Amino acid sequence: MTGLLAAVLVGVGGGLGAAVRFWAADTIKARRPDGFPWGTWIVNALGALLIGLVTGWLAFSDAGEHWHLLLAIGVCGGFTTFSTAIVETVTMMRGGRHAAAVGHALSTLAVSWAAVVAGFALMAALLG
Amino acid sequence: MTSPGRPPHQDLRLVTLVAAGGAVGSVARYLVSLVLPHEPGEWPWSTFAVNLAGAFLLGWLLEALARRGPETPRLRRVRLFFGTGMLGGFTTYSSLALDITQLTGDGTWPAALGYAGATLLLGTLAALLGVLLGARTPPSTFGRLLRGRDDR
Repeated sequence: MTGLLAAVLVGVGGGLGAAVRFWAADTIKARRPDGFPWGTWIVNALGALLIGLVTGWLAFSDAGEHWHLLLAIGVCGGFTTFSTAIVETVTMMRGGRHAAAVGHALSTLAVSWAAVVAGFALMAALLG
Repeated sequence: MTSPGRPPHQDLRLVTLVAAGGAVGSVARYLVSLVLPHEPGEWPWSTFAVNLAGAFLLGWLLEALARRGPETPRLRRVRLFFGTGMLGGFTTYSSLALDITQLTGDGTWPAALGYAGATLLLGTLAALLGVLLGARTPPSTFGRLLRGRDDR
């Protein structure tokens, strides 16, 4: 696979992932305007589940490297975001909500970690 | 350019703008991973670097924009393309979580906890530094791009 094709796969997946993140996070935010940034939190958890599923599928099938570039590096990478999540943590800190900020940062990390494990385990059970 | 009354995330032109930024940011992230490659189970320097850099830049951008007063349509497009799109696509939580599971899967819990802790702590610091810098960025910086008044 040429380097250009690899970059195109990542770019297409990343653009798609970012657009869906924008739509999904703001839709959630509009419905749950309670000061906790659920939009990014849920998006990151879902994206982590998806990368677990994709990584498991790739590990137990003959699917090629281009799927990894399109789905894992592209779609999951563009869909999830560290920058927005950590700026939301900092915004809560600056608002004096220190415990909520720590809870936000740690729960995002823990749930995303568990989501990857669950996604991979599910694919291992199905295909392994 | 923005249709009145419709929330930004339901405006197809703004969603397309985020997609374009996300594509650029994701390709940039991929290029960094080619420069700083790592095997599963090794410290993921490329993800570490893009996440810290992206946290700093997004903290700076959002604070600099917020200091320009109420968000005009042009400032919103700047925020959505560079912030939500480019920096959102540049940084990643899925690879962060995946790399941590690969470290814990190898039984190297100290490395996994070190990587997770360092990313969260230094990421918070980087975003805070960005916010401090953004609060001190004069409106004339980057010319029309960050100016608050005039619109469209």
